[in-house]
Amino acid sequence: MTYLGDVAALARTSLLLELRSRDTVPALLLFVVSALVVFRFALPADASDLAAIGLLWIAVVFTAILALTRAFVAEREGRVLDGLVLTPCDRSAIWLGKALGVLAFLLVAEAIALPAFGLFFAPVDGATVAAFLLADLGIAAVGTLLAAIAAVSRARELLLPLLFLPLVIPVVVGGVGASVEPDPGRYLAFLGLYDGIFAILAWATFEYVVTE
Amino acid sequence: MIRARGLERRFGETRALAGLDLDVPRGGFLSVAGPNGSGKSTLLALLAGLLAPTRGSLEVDADRAEIGYLAHEGLVYRELTAFENLELYGRLYRVPERRERIGMLLERHGLWDVRHRRVSAFSRGMAQRLALCRTLLHDPRLLLLDEPYSALDDAGARLLDAHLAELAGERTLVVATHDPARLRPLASAELVLA
Repeated sequence: MTYLGDVAALARTSLLLELRSRDTVPALLLFVVSALVVFRFALPADASDLAAIGLLWIAVVFTAILALTRAFVAEREGRVLDGLVLTPCDRSAIWLGKALGVLAFLLVAEAIALPAFGLFFAPVDGATVAAFLLADLGIAAVGTLLAAIAAVSRARELLLPLLFLPLVIPVVVGGVGASVEPDPGRYLAFLGLYDGIFAILAWATFEYVVTE
Repeated sequence: MIRARGLERRFGETRALAGLDLDVPRGGFLSVAGPNGSGKSTLLALLAGLLAPTRGSLEVDADRAEIGYLAHEGLVYRELTAFENLELYGRLYRVPERRERIGMLLERHGLWDVRHRRVSAFSRGMAQRLALCRTLLHDPRLLLLDEPYSALDDAGARLLDAHLAELAGERTLVVATHDPARLRPLASAELVLA
């Protein structure tokens, strides 16, 4: 219970900071809608919905990079991350609390992005929504770990996308597959497996990222 | 309590600390002086466990819950209030009856009336007082204070004098300072880094 209480306190702090500063979510919404507008004009008029679905996934992945770039900004200021690392709480709780915050921001962005996609292209089906929910879990898990690695390094703006994009390729493969295949079950299962593996890896390795 | 032998820390090619031998007994009060760049902050970060030695050995007989570390920065969220910051740290440090403890510290350090103000609206002196409250919140056995008088006004500095006098002998203290004369009445040992 203490562990979950720590996670809840840290996740609540992430959300409270965003409510106060409104730095991240408005930028995510603006970015994802702008990207969809650009894609709307970039695609030829006779392009298939399948191509559009691919672009939706690209828009969400780049929106996630934006969210992750901001993930540890508050902790970098005033070296709060050092302060949290020095407390006796399990360090993985810091990762989990922050990942839940990132997950919430992604869900808000997609709550706008998916209806906007329906408006510009075609409505998404239930399998696509399920794929996004599963993809968000994986993106938040692995992305928060990578954001922490980037936060403690000098070339953080460069490092995060370089580390994140190769690791998110399976999410795009699973997500696009679930969105366009008639039987999305195996792609959703693949996304679930990715989530499980990377959540465990991130949970187990976070301590080594934030300590020497 | 603290034992270092041949302690060395490098940052790339730069040697921040070289071949330091150090013994601080339980209840000891070590004042650490030296010019800018002499390795005072590096030594405290090593003792806190934030940095690992490049060479040499370091033993600190205290776990994370027993260490209070005051850095140059406050280690607090700028967009949370003073009370919210201490509430979060109090929870993570498992401070019993934390609201009472937080109230007592804020009152004592003259921050009670601004407890619901965001840290971003604090002056440097107020932020330093809050950082001291955060450091003392869990009543640590080992206190590592990096230039604690920095940004404090006369009243704040006198308050800190009184606090350190209370803690001296009961707690182990390592205090980095540019003004070792101020700590001389309390310190049991003085280390000057070159």
